[in-house]
Formats: sequence, structure tokens, C-alpha cells
Amino acid sequence: MKPSSNRKILIANGHVIDPGRFNGLADVLIDEGRVVAVGPHLKAPAGAMKIDATGRLVLPGFVDLHVHFREPGFEYKESIQSGAAAAVAGGFTSVCCMPNTNPVNDNQAITKLMLDRAREAGLANIFPIGAITKGSEGKELAEIGDLRRAGCVAISDDGKPVMNSLVMRRAMEYALAFDVPVVDHCEDLHLAEGGCMNEGAISTELGLPGMPSAAEDVMVARNVALAELTGARLHLAHISTEGSVRMVREAKSRGLKVTAEACPHHFTITEETVRGYNTYAKMNPPLRTWKDVQAIKEGLRDGTIDVIATDHAPHATQEKQLGFTEAPFGIVGLETALPLTLALVDEGVLSLESAVDKLSTAPAKAFSLDKGTLAVGADADVAVVDQQEQWEVDPAKFYSKSRNTPFAGWKVKGRVTTTIVGGRVVFETGQAEK
Amino acid sequence: MSLKRKDLLSLAPLSVDEIALILETADSFKEVTGREIKKVPALRGKTVVNLFFEPSTRTRTSFELAAKRLSADVINFSPSSSSVVKGETLLDTARNIEAMQADIIVLRHPSAGAAEALARGVKSSVINAGDGWHEHPTQGLLDLYTIRERGLSFEGLPVAIVGDVAHSRVARSNIHALVKLGAEVRLVGPPTMMPCGVEKLGARVYYNLDEALRGVQVIMMLRLQLERQGIALFPTIREYARLYGLTTERVELANPGAIVMHPGPINRGVEIAPEVADSLSSVILEQVANGVAVRMGILYLLSGSN
Repeated sequence: MKPSSNRKILIANGHVIDPGRFNGLADVLIDEGRVVAVGPHLKAPAGAMKIDATGRLVLPGFVDLHVHFREPGFEYKESIQSGAAAAVAGGFTSVCCMPNTNPVNDNQAITKLMLDRAREAGLANIFPIGAITKGSEGKELAEIGDLRRAGCVAISDDGKPVMNSLVMRRAMEYALAFDVPVVDHCEDLHLAEGGCMNEGAISTELGLPGMPSAAEDVMVARNVALAELTGARLHLAHISTEGSVRMVREAKSRGLKVTAEACPHHFTITEETVRGYNTYAKMNPPLRTWKDVQAIKEGLRDGTIDVIATDHAPHATQEKQLGFTEAPFGIVGLETALPLTLALVDEGVLSLESAVDKLSTAPAKAFSLDKGTLAVGADADVAVVDQQEQWEVDPAKFYSKSRNTPFAGWKVKGRVTTTIVGGRVVFETGQAEK
Repeated sequence: MSLKRKDLLSLAPLSVDEIALILETADSFKEVTGREIKKVPALRGKTVVNLFFEPSTRTRTSFELAAKRLSADVINFSPSSSSVVKGETLLDTARNIEAMQADIIVLRHPSAGAAEALARGVKSSVINAGDGWHEHPTQGLLDLYTIRERGLSFEGLPVAIVGDVAHSRVARSNIHALVKLGAEVRLVGPPTMMPCGVEKLGARVYYNLDEALRGVQVIMMLRLQLERQGIALFPTIREYARLYGLTTERVELANPGAIVMHPGPINRGVEIAPEVADSLSSVILEQVANGVAVRMGILYLLSGSN
């Protein structure tokens, strides 16, 4: 993507939503990569590029706390370049990359490589997440201080949750020195062993090994207890069960430093989607029941769940063509998150401002990123959105290298028309380079 | 009349009429297997491929015999599990076989859903010969055939299925079919071996074998996978045998004339006492004999739908 030569951009006449700060018709003026003014009837400076946002939403670029860009190690699934292209096409201007690369991002050399690749791509802001333990093996702490200094914004062993509670305790304690959030994928690996979908009547009928909700709940409970013990900042990745929502709500009510994210697929579809052994419905945590979906929505509505994150997990087509038990977990999500979130607004679960908050402002706050706002002086990361545009999800058109989505063919509403990162237009409908 | 299906993947979606058609077709082939010359030309020129990704002697042999008695050409293909690990997808393997003009592929695979995935990807008919814990429809059908041959009618028939239901494809196929046909299905085993929500399939769960056997007409024992001992499903084979092993005394709790079934291979002295396996109530070897006839019927019906 070529850098736009325009240093000044006027986004005119849009509905600007800067959660908690501003919500109304306004112009946004950008100069030197920053927001310099937000208000009605701004005058376009000489030579400014003008974006007509009439009838559109002008939002702080989305911040995804949970993506898997497969570089280094699995570039055939996704590279930082292709992942960043998918991000900006979905309105995400900042993404946090999980460390389950090969080698694992458990040392500053890998972190630096990721940041170099991100610079070369020049699309979205990339914030690496460092490993909690060396090799994410759950045994010895990684050099968390070094990782932090190199640019990691959080630590996690993501798909390989730290099972040893003492190691987790030490990680939380150690993280306090750097004020870095500890992110856990809550799954008791013994309880979930061999499972590949939610355990219940459907797994029984399909003869698939199930993963009970309790495998998630047990670890949420443990992590909350350890957060209380240590005072650490705990961020719970992709919670998917009614029990998790209840425990997070309770932890928050007691003032613990706990934040939580939910993924669009966990508030949109259920385990029913697995029928027919649909490997595009195989992810971890698995799709749950209707009751869990309702609980996730309620958690989003009442603020228990702070953040919407995608868990963008690209896998090659041939991998998803394996049998259901052999196929890898995960789906891509960056290019479908916006319409699935806006569907919650149409349903009355979230206000529009609250939806934007969960996509932009709240995630930035959870990881202390200077992002997620259109305040004067903020980095000019902006998503311009046509809230009404209807379109059909066609994975062949994804910017991601991978096509693994259960939403193919879905008719959805709401689309990003322009994405600006650091004052540069990096995506425009119909004009972006593929 | 023919089966209006390309494949036989599971018993769950079959109608009562389809099941009846398969059983009636098997009747005529049962007659063939009793002749001096046990062969008919029904599938002459057709190719049946036994694609077995899991070791199996009896099911594979039964299908092979069924196909040969119908005069089909039979190929046995047993890719080692290592070649699967090497990355060839099931679909690629199957397309290779299809390219050799296989009319029917009989698939045994350790992964639930494998047969369904295969059937979607190839034009050949696919018969599921067992996919993970999901279904083993031909076993279910031969069990039905054996029950029916003994003159029992399914409506209201009390049947106990005993053992590790959670990990049994045989149990799932039988539950689906028996419930559909109006039987009263009782599932018996330790709670660790009862899959979550299995009552929703229309069966009733018992943890006490003696209680469950009272008044049943059919006792269907499942094979205990001995390697599951110690991994928290049951403490010892000794205790399992005491709680869930079928003894002569327990058979007497059932209706007089109740039959004892087992998909084989049996663990004598574990889930079934040797004297029960060899008793007059045991129909275990009839099941094996009927397996060939039922599989002939299925091969015949599917080849007709091509």
C-alpha cells in the first residue's frame, strides 16, 4: 500500500462516535498523523484530502486484543502483511498478536521481528503479546521484562494455558513489576482432553469428544482467585460460557482488576453449527449453547464483558478439510467482526456507542494502549463505516490468506468504507490493493 | 424398490420404511448364504473398495464376503495410520480410489463424521463401517435383523444396552434405530460411560444392571475397551465385571426367552460370563452370520440406486 501523500485529511459531515467523549455530527481534521480538530463545519486546509462521510459513522479505529498472525513459522496460513491487510479491511487499526508462532514469541528477538514485519507492511499497528512461559510450555517464566521492553503489551500462553497454578501465580506476581496484563485462555486441559466441540447432547449425537463448559469455568475461577491473591491485571480471553460471565461479573463487583473479551462467533452462533461435521465451526473455546450465547450478550450489555475481540485464527483450506477431530481449531474473524457486532445494536443488546466502545476504546484501555479515541492529539486511527450497507460474506474476497469462516454466504449489514492508520488512508472500499 | 440414497452413513436419518426395506432385502440374501453355491451375480462388474483406516477383521471380512457373494470385485485398502499422519487428506485418498472407478466405498475411520465428509466429496456410494464414536449402521441393522429373526416385534420391546455407551458407535446406531421402531431402550453402565444428554435420543439411563435387566427381552452387551481402565472411567476390570458383567443369574432377571447379543469381539469373564456367551440365549454367532446377509442387502440396494 502506497502511503498517501496527503498529510492533511478532512473527514467531513459524518456521525462521529468517540465513546465517552463525543457522539454527534461533526468533521474530523487530521494532520501530521494526529487528530487536530473535531467539530462542526471545519474548514479544509489547503491541499487537504477530503473524505465525504455523509451518512456514515466516523469511529476510532478498532482495536483487536486477540489475533493470530502466523508469522514467524506458519506464513502459509497468514503473514503479518496479509493479517494486517485483513485487519484494516475490517476497520481494525491496531491488533495484538498472540505468541503461538514458531518459534514462540517468548523472547525479544521474535518481538522485534514481528514489529519489523509490521513496519514493512505499513498497514495496521501491531502490538505483540509475549509468552508467559518459555516456549509456552507452562514451566519456566519467559523474560517478561525483556518482552515488555521490546514492545509486548501483554503476556499470554494463549492456546496452551498455564496449567500449573503456582507458575501462573508467579507470572501474575512478576507481571506486576511491569504493569502488564496477564491474558489467559481459560481451559483445564485435563477436563477438555481430546474434546473438539462443546460437550452436550449434540456431541453425544455426533459421537464427537466433548469439552465441557466446566473446563473453562474451572480455570476462570482459578484465575480470578489468583488475580485476587496477587493483585495482577487479569484479562480473560474469549469467554464463552454462562459460568464465566457470572464469575467475571462477581469478580468485577468485588473490585478486582479483571477484564474480559468475547468473540463475535460466541455471541452469534451455537454448537448447532457443528452439525454435518462442519470444521469451520470448530474453534476453542467451542461454540456453546443458546443459553451461553444469551449469557454472553447479557455480559456485553451490562458491561461484564468489556471487549469484543476476534480470536482471528487463520488455517489453510487443506487443514480444515481434515476430519472434524483432526482439523485445527479456529476461524478468521477480522473481516466479519463489524457487521456481527452491529447486529447486536440492531437487536437492542448494545447501543451504537457501546458497540464502538467494545471494539475500540475499551480494548485500548484494557491493554493501556494509546488508541481507541478521536480526541484531539490522538493518533489518527479512524474507521469510516457505512452502517446500512448490506453485503454477503464471500471468503474468496478476504484479504486474509485463509478462508476459514462459518459465516460464508451470510447476508450481513455494516461495512468499513475507509480505514486510516496514523493519518494515512490504508483501506478504501473498492480501491485498496489486494 | 430401491433405497433412494447414495450412501448409508448412519441410522439416525433412516425412515422406518427404509429400515424395513433393508431387512426384507437381507431376507432373500440370507437364503442365498444357505445354498450350496453361495453366490449370485447381482453386482457383477461392480467394484467395492473396503477402505479401513482402523484395524478390523470381522467387519472387513463380513463386507468382503458380502461383496464377493454378490460377484463384485473387492479391493481391500488399509492405509497405515502413518500415511494419514503424513498429510494426505481422507478426501484425496478417496478420490484416488474413485479414479479407479470404485462403485461403493466401505469406510472405517477413527474419526466421527469421516464417512459423511467422504460421501460429500465423492460420487461413489459410501457405506459407513464405523466412524469414531458416531455410528456403525450396518452393525445396528444386523442387530435389528437378528432380533426380528427371533420373532420379536420392535414395538414396545424392552432392550437393555449395557456398557460403555459414551464411546460406542454400535450403541448410537442401535439407539437411533430401536427408538425409531418403538422399542423401549434402556442404557446401562457407570455414569462415567454415559454420554451427556443421551436421554434426548429417547433412551432411559440406568446405573444398576440388575434393575435395568428386569423384564427385558433383549440384552445387548457392548465390548469393554480394557485400555480404558484407570483413566477414570472405571477403577478396575474386576469391579467393572462385578457391577456390569452379564452372568447367568442376571440373565434370569430378564424375561424368559430373552436373547443376549454382543457385537464382538467378546471379553469372556469381563462384560460377559463364558457360560452366558455359550448359552442358548446367546445369539452372538447368529449376529455374525446375519451380518453377511444384511451387508449383501445394503450393497445390493445401494448399487441399484447408482
